[in-house]
Amino acid sequence: MLHIVFFARVKEQLGCAKFELEWDSGLSTVADLQEHLCERHNGQWREVLSEENIIRAVNHTVVSDDALLCDNDEVAFYPPVTGG
Amino acid sequence: MTGPDIPYSVIIQEADFDIAHLQRGLLASAAQEGAVATFTGYVRADKGAGNIQCMELEHYPGMTEKSIEATIAQAAERWPILAAGVVHRVGRLYPGEQIVWVGVSSKHRAAAFSACEYIMDYLKAEAPLWKKELGEQGEHWVDAKETDAERASQWSGEKG
Repeated sequence: MLHIVFFARVKEQLGCAKFELEWDSGLSTVADLQEHLCERHNGQWREVLSEENIIRAVNHTVVSDDALLCDNDEVAFYPPVTGG
Repeated sequence: MTGPDIPYSVIIQEADFDIAHLQRGLLASAAQEGAVATFTGYVRADKGAGNIQCMELEHYPGMTEKSIEATIAQAAERWPILAAGVVHRVGRLYPGEQIVWVGVSSKHRAAAFSACEYIMDYLKAEAPLWKKELGEQGEHWVDAKETDAERASQWSGEKG
């Protein structure tokens, strides 16, 4: 199972905070997962997740698109941060 | 990411905080000597067009704490600091309210000042926290500022 979470503007634009996806070893990287999500949902998802500044994290660590995924990973997509 | 090897605390909470209590806690967690430098951030009343009535802060439970802990660990490797603490509030906040506190203790002021600024700069640039402003003209997510990323990146070029 993959645990996918969205935050802030991304969460609102997708209308989704989190969901789970059956583990599929065909989704070997974060980029594969993102493509899968975009194909499975409406055009809005591709538009939002493809934005240049979107940050991706696996198990609480920021990663690049080619990061490898494992069963039970938590994958997050979020916009640039604005705390402090 | 490895945790800091000095006494530290990272707290994300909705409740307000007492900076005197936090500073005493910082001193109690390590040898009481030398210097403490602290930073406190407050909600501004106006930003750009339209007054802000309040703001809402969201975080990524677990990762926000881990990100700030990693920043404290980096600061502890770079400067001889004795202890560090960070408190960041989330939820609904009104103008004038405290948002964030960073405290660092060290034997000497230079390390305390530098490490405090470093932790705050990296918190702003990397910790997963997001502000939404709510005002007379509706609500909107605050855009990240290029200057915040630049401030953090300046530390990678110089030696503290």
